[in-house]
Amino acid sequence: MCSHSLKKRFSRKGAKAQRKAAKLLSAACSLRALLCAFAPLRELFSFRLSTILLCALSLSCASKVEQQAQLQPPPQTPLPEQTHVLRVCADPNNLPFSNQRQEGFENRIADLIAREMHARVEYTWWAQRRGFVRNTLKARACDVVMGVPASFELALTTNPYYRSTYVFVYRKDRKLNIRSFDDAALRDLKIGVQMIGDDFANSPPAHALTNRGIITNVKGYMVYGDYAQESPAANIIDAVARGEVDVAIAWGPLAGYFAKRARVQLEIVPVAPQIDQPFLPFIYDISLGVRHGDQAFKEDLERVLQERRQEIESILDEYGVPRVRAAMRAEG
Amino acid sequence: MERAATTAFLTGKRHLLFVPILCTLVLLSCTHKSEQQAIEPRRQTATQNGGQLAAQPSFIEAEDGEWRMPAKNYASTRYSGLDEINTANVKNLKVAWTFSTGVNRGQEAAPIVTGNTMYIVTPYPNYLYALDLTRPGAPAKWKYDPQPAASSQGVACCDTVNRGAVFSDNKIFFNTLDGQTVALDANTGKELWKTPLGDINKGETITMAPLVVKGKVLVGNSGGEMGVRGWLTALDANTGKVAWRAFHTGPDADVLIGSSFKPFYEQDRGKDLGVSSWPPDMWKIGGGTTWGWISYDAEQDVIFYGTGNPGPWNPEQRPGDNKWTSGIFARKPDTGEALWFYQWSPHDLHDYDGINEQILLDLPVNGQQRKVLVRPERNGYVYVMDRTTGEVLSANPFVHITSTKGVDLKTGKLIYDEAKQPQVGRVVRDICPAPPGAKDWQPSAFSPRTGLIYIPHQNLCMDEEGVEANYIAGTPYVGMNVKMYAGPGGNRGVFSAWDPVGGAEVWSVKEDFPVWSGTVATAGDVVFYGTMDGWFKALNARTGELLWQFKCDSGIIGQPVTYRGPDGKQYVAILAGVGGWAGAIVAGDLDPRDGTAALGFVNAMTDLPEKTTKGGTLYVFALP
Repeated sequence: MCSHSLKKRFSRKGAKAQRKAAKLLSAACSLRALLCAFAPLRELFSFRLSTILLCALSLSCASKVEQQAQLQPPPQTPLPEQTHVLRVCADPNNLPFSNQRQEGFENRIADLIAREMHARVEYTWWAQRRGFVRNTLKARACDVVMGVPASFELALTTNPYYRSTYVFVYRKDRKLNIRSFDDAALRDLKIGVQMIGDDFANSPPAHALTNRGIITNVKGYMVYGDYAQESPAANIIDAVARGEVDVAIAWGPLAGYFAKRARVQLEIVPVAPQIDQPFLPFIYDISLGVRHGDQAFKEDLERVLQERRQEIESILDEYGVPRVRAAMRAEG
Repeated sequence: MERAATTAFLTGKRHLLFVPILCTLVLLSCTHKSEQQAIEPRRQTATQNGGQLAAQPSFIEAEDGEWRMPAKNYASTRYSGLDEINTANVKNLKVAWTFSTGVNRGQEAAPIVTGNTMYIVTPYPNYLYALDLTRPGAPAKWKYDPQPAASSQGVACCDTVNRGAVFSDNKIFFNTLDGQTVALDANTGKELWKTPLGDINKGETITMAPLVVKGKVLVGNSGGEMGVRGWLTALDANTGKVAWRAFHTGPDADVLIGSSFKPFYEQDRGKDLGVSSWPPDMWKIGGGTTWGWISYDAEQDVIFYGTGNPGPWNPEQRPGDNKWTSGIFARKPDTGEALWFYQWSPHDLHDYDGINEQILLDLPVNGQQRKVLVRPERNGYVYVMDRTTGEVLSANPFVHITSTKGVDLKTGKLIYDEAKQPQVGRVVRDICPAPPGAKDWQPSAFSPRTGLIYIPHQNLCMDEEGVEANYIAGTPYVGMNVKMYAGPGGNRGVFSAWDPVGGAEVWSVKEDFPVWSGTVATAGDVVFYGTMDGWFKALNARTGELLWQFKCDSGIIGQPVTYRGPDGKQYVAILAGVGGWAGAIVAGDLDPRDGTAALGFVNAMTDLPEKTTKGGTLYVFALP
């Protein structure tokens, strides 16, 4: 069910693109190897267990490159259909969204889409932060980002495939029952929010609290965390389980996934209002993002999203992604 | 904040706010864009006034024709006593030889010259080349590759620039983007030690040039926007072992504040202000990094350096002065203990890092000779401070300023304009200077012959408006829409000559693009600097008259130096290769239609790609 435009796209890229991707992957792998090489030096300062994990990762990475090299067709041979490639730009360490072991829900959805397109998935790994889109999608190293807000300006976005919300996260045993930013309890509880760090850019909950004068009881967790750690963004949910903060306000997919895995029971409650004053939304539509101009590819992806809607929904359920129904928006 | 090729927005509005009255005098420059730059004489020079000149401090070594540290000397005057090239013959300057660095990113480093060798360090991957000046064409003797972690580009916050190496005691020291300090044998290039100081996984990088003082290598970190806590670290030059580290937020013990700490102003006195001037815990990820310049008063045995902006919190989320960010420390180099501190921008609202160069001078104030430091600061004022006490003697604007109303010399406090305070959901227009400030990292120079400071800088304002949702690391976030544009006059850059005694501009040259390069002043009464569209220029240091210019292959954001070669001739060297925050649109291949780039800087730089392409070439000039 590989559409005409997709076929064209794949044959156009062909072997050259594959070699480039393999090169990129091997670069990513050598970087891991480098990190490992530096491990003894780092020990002097703050050695972390996860460095070992990263080193283990690099091993699997190395074998992958080999595998890829084998997959490379000899030059001038036309590509057979089954070697079509869905080239995905993704973060190698950002669960529940994606990781290099392909354990994230975006990895799963990429697989699903690729299957539908009779293609296999190839990744360009790059930390999702400043320069991510520039160095991956825009550099033509890959063709699709699996999760961007529908209003994202740096890419052409598909119809959204889920809508989620920011949520309150607190321990069940605390019996807090917080549902709104206007809950008076938020003035006294210790609250965790995520920080971005670009000037005048922070997570919407941080702004909502500030607008209400809730400042001194707020603790910030960098959304990037410590990238040497496994799933760095999990730090804010861990903080709730550990009791470091009473309440965290985090993006739904992140909270839903890590709350499921926490060693204590955690409550996940969508925030209210859904759109705060003056205009601060807490619900976001999430789409796939392709390069501006790749209209036909975008439409192909939209068809797959439409046809495989049920499977996508079950993957999102499996990962505990809280969703907001369209009707709820009207109510909110 | 130190920045680079980022992603942020664009709408190609150019605001012509008002035309300075002076323009009526300089008709040409206003009526049409002339090829020839406009010189704006403001007042007579101090010399012509018959007044006393500012002077270099006496501890500066006599001219030996070398250039061993980016700032030339500990006082950071970037002044060379060489005078073979002068106002009369500079027009004959020719390319002597060139060298390709092989790295086409922003070249901010100063070439270092000692003996018969020149050393240059490239942007990431931070190659260090040693060039043989005794041989024709100065071929490379050796190249050292520190092999920095590739991920430092993607994980690191900012640009991939490097501001230079330093020579001391037969060793070459420099920093790598992934947070290491390296010492090499200056003759052989053999690695003597390599010490990891920053953790890129936490967003820490190093871009500054180290300074070596009394056997200690001084290095600071970058990455304030990543929630990094800023510090300055001293390493033993022989072993690479950490001798001390002073943090710029947190308890006094971490900041190395003890009994010797005697700040001049009331607001800087008290216990643990690095904790109490923040909401609880926020200092732990409070920024205040150090990625600019350090000066050293060899007579008093004191180092001076600035700290970056507070981060990553928005201003309204961090009420308080946010010490010790956006300020300047005086410390003992042996122990790191703090002697005094002054805050340029308490509770910084506009990303005004305080990391610029401080030029140490002796000059008359009210008839009395004072030991001062002069600081053209990002917030738009030239500060003259008593470097023995930290007292602000004067703070006069050198650009158009709307964000603040001046500095109260009694209290030392910067007076903010409330109407220009940024806030999510509020539109604020005409904030000057824009986040790169009146002047960013690009260092000034001082000539004892003219008594003037030569300041390369920008003329940029900004609007902050709206709220936009974006997406990083799996999380939607909310951003302020920052749009930068040329300030009054329509030119984005200026090269100014400033009289530090009179506290006023003497002449200035308008440049179309921000002047993102450093400068050097010489005993031949010539000053050199480069433009982002690739012109390397020589001006008459007394009048600002353009005497000579040469078009390099790429835009210039580097630091010019001058030296005496093994053949006894005077040479002038500059690295060309556009980039940095201002040049990210070219170096990072940003799309000019994508206004979201480089945190609003692209909006002000959309035409740069038409004027220059990427590069990475060293140019060396001499008289025939």
